[in-house]
Amino acid sequence: MNSVSQLDQVKTGPWNGGRSPWSVEYGKIMMWFFLLSDAFTFSSLLIYYGAQRFSKSAWPDPDLVFQSIPGLKDSGAPLVFVGIMTFILILSSVTMVMAVEAGHRRAKKEVIGWMIATIIGGFMFLGCQALEWSHLHHEGFWWGQIPSTEELKHLFVGDVSLVAAQQFANLFFTITGFHGFHVFSGVMINIIILVMTINGTFERRGHYLMVEKVGLYWHFVDLVWVFVFTFFYLV
Amino acid sequence: MSTIALHDEHNHDHADHGHHKETLISKYIFSMDHKMIAKQFLITGIIMAVIAMGLSILFRIQLAWPDKNFPFLETFLGKWAEGGRIKSDFYLALVTIHGTIMVFFVLTAGLSGTFSNLLIPLQIGARDMASPFLNMLSYWFFFTACVVMMASFFIQTGPASGGWTVYPPLSALPTAIPGSGMGMTLWLISMVLFVASSLMGGINYVSTILNMRTKGMDLWKMPLTIWAFFLTAILGILSFPVLVAGVVLLVFDRSFGTSFYLSDIVMGTNILPNEGGSPILWQHLFWFLGHPEVYIVIMPALGISSEVISVNSRKPIFGYHAMVYSLIGITVLSFIVWGHHMFVTGMNPLLGGVFMITTLIIAVPSAVKTFNYLATLWRGNIRFTPAMLFAIGLVSFFISGGLTGIFLGNASLDINLHDTYFVVAHFHLVMGSAAIFGMLAGVYHWYPKMFGRMMNAKLGYLHFWLTFIAAYLVFFPLHFLGLDGVPRRYYAFTEFEFMKKWLTVNVFVTWAAIMAALAQVAFLFNFFYSIYKGKKAPQNPWESNTLEWTAPVEHLHGNWPGEIPTVYRWPYDYSKPGHDADFIPQTVPFSQTMSSNLPHDFEGNAEAEKIQQDWEIANPVTENKG
Repeated sequence: MNSVSQLDQVKTGPWNGGRSPWSVEYGKIMMWFFLLSDAFTFSSLLIYYGAQRFSKSAWPDPDLVFQSIPGLKDSGAPLVFVGIMTFILILSSVTMVMAVEAGHRRAKKEVIGWMIATIIGGFMFLGCQALEWSHLHHEGFWWGQIPSTEELKHLFVGDVSLVAAQQFANLFFTITGFHGFHVFSGVMINIIILVMTINGTFERRGHYLMVEKVGLYWHFVDLVWVFVFTFFYLV
Repeated sequence: MSTIALHDEHNHDHADHGHHKETLISKYIFSMDHKMIAKQFLITGIIMAVIAMGLSILFRIQLAWPDKNFPFLETFLGKWAEGGRIKSDFYLALVTIHGTIMVFFVLTAGLSGTFSNLLIPLQIGARDMASPFLNMLSYWFFFTACVVMMASFFIQTGPASGGWTVYPPLSALPTAIPGSGMGMTLWLISMVLFVASSLMGGINYVSTILNMRTKGMDLWKMPLTIWAFFLTAILGILSFPVLVAGVVLLVFDRSFGTSFYLSDIVMGTNILPNEGGSPILWQHLFWFLGHPEVYIVIMPALGISSEVISVNSRKPIFGYHAMVYSLIGITVLSFIVWGHHMFVTGMNPLLGGVFMITTLIIAVPSAVKTFNYLATLWRGNIRFTPAMLFAIGLVSFFISGGLTGIFLGNASLDINLHDTYFVVAHFHLVMGSAAIFGMLAGVYHWYPKMFGRMMNAKLGYLHFWLTFIAAYLVFFPLHFLGLDGVPRRYYAFTEFEFMKKWLTVNVFVTWAAIMAALAQVAFLFNFFYSIYKGKKAPQNPWESNTLEWTAPVEHLHGNWPGEIPTVYRWPYDYSKPGHDADFIPQTVPFSQTMSSNLPHDFEGNAEAEKIQQDWEIANPVTENKG
């Protein structure tokens, strides 16, 4: 047509439609929003924890509660075992990064290797958590249960508060349990992705985006643990 | 990155699926087509609304005639209405489930689920939702949640009875009242499914709007419906997870002997061992969802009425940008007002003051919207379609219910008004009736898009006037009960001397409620009859600008045959001076509307402005035309 047809040129900027503004596939955006949502769940739980803890005059001292290394020492090694646990989980995030990176290069064999490493890391973390739980359980802590006042004296600096000990136990098992459930789901999803990789599903698709998306979830679970770890073990 | 190509692939691979072989199950049941899923949400929502309305009639009968026996109640309800009189436990169950169904199942899933699913792909120009599979799952989780909730009517101890906010300790101690047992467990299961459904829907809506707009559809060319659905979805994504956290703790209190919400409780003569918890903490977690939730309910309705009012006033919506910013303002503010539900929990007065201020501030964007609706109507070329009437009805309820919100948002007035019928009147007008009217406006307006047929307008008018009048007759008198201190959720007022005078008002309100319920028959008949026998819908029945009316009336998978249309202009070019028709669809390029283009249409593109100027000099407007 004539010159007026120039009026009809549609802009082509990132937000002008016809494309993804960040050139990101929809699934990744969904994952990000899901993680945002899940972050609110964990934040709520941790804020509840804070509200409980600040309303009590005493609280079990983590350095005194978490002293054992299952199979090696029963006491005298504060926070060593949880340090190992945390290290394993962070290591599994590193192997996940390697899997994603290998996915970018579409190196199927390497993806398989790193995914297996990540899954092993996940299982090791869950195993450690099981040991940690059973240790506390043997000491007498559980949902709605605490050790005797005599034993609790060793776990408090200063005055013993039975209510605080009970809330500590309730919150510890609930929140680490909720996190552990997330890790468990993550391991299951990782296994599904591993099987799909082995079957060549992603090779046929031409990309390993699913590995990236699962990777996001895995890093998120790792990040949440950093907060859970900080609030229950460090402060 | 290797990810860029995918999006286009997704967009185009549906184009030739029009004649895809579909079985009954894949088409009507486990459908992955957003239009079918929208209809599933709508019809499920309507059924749930009818059920919840029926429950309200039951408890209204009890409130109006507390001393009379109605043998037919025993026929229907058996032991819950022995001798034809509703039991007090069951009365509590009725109000609880009425509230839960209306708020979550009808006005959240029924409203967002229907119109987000129907309109997001059609109005932004996408073939379908980002993930049709998650979309399908979202519906089936919702459906299962409905079934589980209804199942609680078929157990001996009856449904949850602690109110729709399920405050502990009634909800945390399974033996507190009959409804605290199995009924409460089912309530929790149902809500978990519901939250999962809402999350799957929400992330789908958000990523579809962000990623899949057609060429030219930048954010400021989106219809206000899309803005409203987008912000509603974000609100849901960020607030429902907090309820999840609250529910997790509640489940542990119920079943694992923890004391998150429990402390110092005596049951009968039994001192419970729970110590250190606080029911107030549940209220914080609940209302952090609960308050955004009322905006999740009203915002889609506001978006729908923006669209309907603009189309039927034949005028651009007044203050489009202000409408968007006020939606954003409501979204942000709605996260920091939850404390106004808890003024009387012994909250620090300073904190109460903070929540009071934020609450009163949220009246500002709400008022902006209201005034913009009125300004859009002002001197409009109004077409009173049934949809338009319902949209205007929404504005009416939003004003009359919103004003009482300013009373309730005041921390000191709330001492008197808290938990009285004043609150009941307030929220039934401002979010109940207003949101329902928005939803009905949407149903009347987009029915042709959903079913390819028109609803009967005369029945629509009948439905509107009966419902509109009855809703005011029901809820307006309740303000006065509340001001007199009549508390909500009480089973009967006959035991209290000062409340006896309100009995006659209760009788009146109950008759009005029955009238409102009967009026819905006109709607239900119209809705279901028109699916099969309604007049065939034309391509663009309301002469509207938005993209959905460019898609063929006959549904096809992928929405448009061939390429998706490109968008050139905003959706509100109604009665644009210089144009021969009083609407210009978004797909009409500027080169075809030279006589009506304005400088700001070109968004600062100097070259385009120059071309337009040259054209105007070459084609001067003749005198007699203006």
